[in-house]
Amino acid sequence: MNIVTLTIPQEVVQSNVPSWLERLGAALTTMGAIVFVLGSTGAFETVPILYSVISLIVSGVGILLLTVPAGLRVTSSSMNTNVMRSPVRRRGLAGWSLGVALTLFYILLYWFPETLVHVVASLEPLSRLIRNSPADRWFLYGTLYTLAVLVFGVRMLVRYRHSRYHLLRTVSLITAQLVFAYLLPSFLAAMGEPELYVHYFWPLKYDYIFPSSLSSMWSSGEGLTQFFAVWTVAMTVVITPILTYFYGKRWYCSWICGCGALAETVGDPFRQNADTSLRAWKIERWMVHGVLLFITVVTVMLWLDHVYDNVVFGSLAQRLKDIYGFVIGAMFSGVIGVGFYPIFGSRVWCRFGCPMAAYLGILQKYMSRFRITTNGGQCISCGNCSTYCEMGIDVRAYAQRGENIVRASCVGCGVCASVCPRGVLRLESGAKQR
Amino acid sequence: MVSSQLPILIIGNGVAGITAARTLRKLTQKPIVVVSDEAEFFFSRPALMYVFMGHMAWADIEPYESWFWEKNRIDLRFARVQHLEEGRAQLSDGSALPFETCIIATGSRPRQSSWPGSDLRGVHTFVSKSDLEQLHEAATTCRDAVVIGGGLIGVEVAEMLRSRNINVTFLVREERYWSSVIPAHESEIIEQEIVRHGVQLCLAAEVRSIDDDESGRVRSVTTTCGHTFPADLVVRTIGVEPNTVVADNSGIFVRRGIVVDNAFRTSMPNVFAIGDCCEFEDGTVEQLWYTARDHGEDVANILTGLTTSRRKRHFYNSAKFFDIEYQVFGDVPRMGGNEDVVLKQDDRRLLRIHVDEGVVRGFHSFGLRLRGETCLRMIDERSNIEDVLQRLTSIQFDAEFSQRITSHDRLYV
Repeated sequence: MNIVTLTIPQEVVQSNVPSWLERLGAALTTMGAIVFVLGSTGAFETVPILYSVISLIVSGVGILLLTVPAGLRVTSSSMNTNVMRSPVRRRGLAGWSLGVALTLFYILLYWFPETLVHVVASLEPLSRLIRNSPADRWFLYGTLYTLAVLVFGVRMLVRYRHSRYHLLRTVSLITAQLVFAYLLPSFLAAMGEPELYVHYFWPLKYDYIFPSSLSSMWSSGEGLTQFFAVWTVAMTVVITPILTYFYGKRWYCSWICGCGALAETVGDPFRQNADTSLRAWKIERWMVHGVLLFITVVTVMLWLDHVYDNVVFGSLAQRLKDIYGFVIGAMFSGVIGVGFYPIFGSRVWCRFGCPMAAYLGILQKYMSRFRITTNGGQCISCGNCSTYCEMGIDVRAYAQRGENIVRASCVGCGVCASVCPRGVLRLESGAKQR
Repeated sequence: MVSSQLPILIIGNGVAGITAARTLRKLTQKPIVVVSDEAEFFFSRPALMYVFMGHMAWADIEPYESWFWEKNRIDLRFARVQHLEEGRAQLSDGSALPFETCIIATGSRPRQSSWPGSDLRGVHTFVSKSDLEQLHEAATTCRDAVVIGGGLIGVEVAEMLRSRNINVTFLVREERYWSSVIPAHESEIIEQEIVRHGVQLCLAAEVRSIDDDESGRVRSVTTTCGHTFPADLVVRTIGVEPNTVVADNSGIFVRRGIVVDNAFRTSMPNVFAIGDCCEFEDGTVEQLWYTARDHGEDVANILTGLTTSRRKRHFYNSAKFFDIEYQVFGDVPRMGGNEDVVLKQDDRRLLRIHVDEGVVRGFHSFGLRLRGETCLRMIDERSNIEDVLQRLTSIQFDAEFSQRITSHDRLYV
């Protein structure tokens, strides 16, 4: 009998060799970064628009060229070929360098803003255009942040195009960042209103419920600002528990939150660096709940002082608030939270430091329908789920025992279910079915 | 812990042996010793391919952290058992280990092939940790590989080698891929997936010889009809056979596997055999990862007196052919008969429900995820096919927002 050789179709899945597009992308990204750094010395002061376009747009396009062709070669959401051999993604020299560069940027931004004046100045035309106010370092930060979410969001959409769950949540995250974190506050600023973020609430945006903020919002007498005061309290106290009951904390962490948006886009290539050990889990529980306790105590103290005219704690409450702002608000969420992406994975802040995640986590653990169900005995203990869990949950430990996963830290990104080669895991929040 | 009690000795730290050890630890305080010379710690054998492809590091495929074994007082020994005699295991380093009970869980070894050249340099198999290491080494300089064998390991190896951009020729003896298990129209789904990933798939290709380059290295593979495929790497994946070496050396009754009764007892007193290496009295040999795990659980229950014989379970299995997942629950024969219901969403997604006299007997799916528990319950309850078709959503396990298969996708053949 003769052999039957099947023809390999024309549109055969390409080999995973980087194409010339990717090399061009790497060149453009490097060029953009160099121009960005040079510009901070004031070298391109006379051509601010050209400078911002070259440094931001060119590196953005570079990153797209670098990531989109690679994403197109991925034929399913579970394909993580060579991730463990990548120096960028697996804490090689390149990964560490990236971590140091990101950390350095945050240090300059928070404590040495004068080093960034020329960069800020280059955004003046844009700031005038959309905010009708002068650019400042926070506008620079917001612009870079949003651009990063957009660019890496495109990578995410390409990379996970086979899963509708990932497509939808990524579109939601990008939209929330672009509209609620960037355009809406800019629009409010242009109208002369305070720059409010409708998608951040206490305890993440801790000062929204401080007596000083709430009373000034309320006494402003303006309808919009007063509505916002009601909104932010209602979100924290009523709507968050209700949504978390029905959907788990993912409605926020993996669909809306700005920190989540960065983690799920820029951070996605680093998700495998989250420590899955039991020891890490123990540290995580102390830290994240400690932060929640800290901000709760500070908030209660400030309110007691407010009600009793500063006779209870005197200046102590204010001092604690400042410490919290420095240690947690700036150091942790920014410097460590983003700077350490390439080292500890994309959710360092969410896992170890975010008080909102802690609050949502308690709700998720004790009063939510959300769980990851395990498909009977189908688990082969391979470990893809645990490896690619950005929160460092040892998903396999549950899956191989056939147990459902109900963990406070799970942000419901759904990647464990996507990378499972045996169809064992499913995120569910419906009523338990027979 | 120092104990005067003789231990339960488990030979092999694969999923059968380790599941037995873990289940025993939950049920008894007796000392437990696990002997293996393959790896220091238990690892997931089906995950070996992911280490090769760089999805995971070695430590990631070890399901338990190293403290687990000490905490659970499971004593792991890196050694090889030569043979067993009355209450004692003789190790290859000359020492002896006395035991109260011994469980042989030595798994499978690659089936031998009779083709000339099977032992040339560059000819590999893919079962053990050392196979992975050797293949990893060989693949770094390889350009053209030939994979021989039409089963589940062959397609995994093809995927692994493709991830390194190696040209892969996949020689399958049968006329259709996996035709001993599925009908032609289902083979078609997998065959298309294999070629879509750039593998040259040759069906009805029976190997005659693996050819030498005159220095003892492989040069090519020749089939019985005279085709020659150049190869600097060959992987034989023509199946596995029970690894019975310890039993052979000990005078335990062995046919294809180590012969055991329904309580896994071998012909030697206090010696049991589980997993791939055992053969039941009726001649069945179960060589799936899942059955090995089930045996481990069952033998622990039997040894601690919870039950007297192994539990009857419905057949279940799973596999992955490149990007297409496969699951089966219950009985889905290759040629299911004219009552079978086939639902086909597209060229890559299919669900077949085996029906006999109106009653659902089994489910299997390609490119879709099934909720095993619900499928098995429907089989147990002898559900009527019409009721099952009404409740299709309840057996699906794909991620939220995925396109669901419905009775509109039914094919009438």
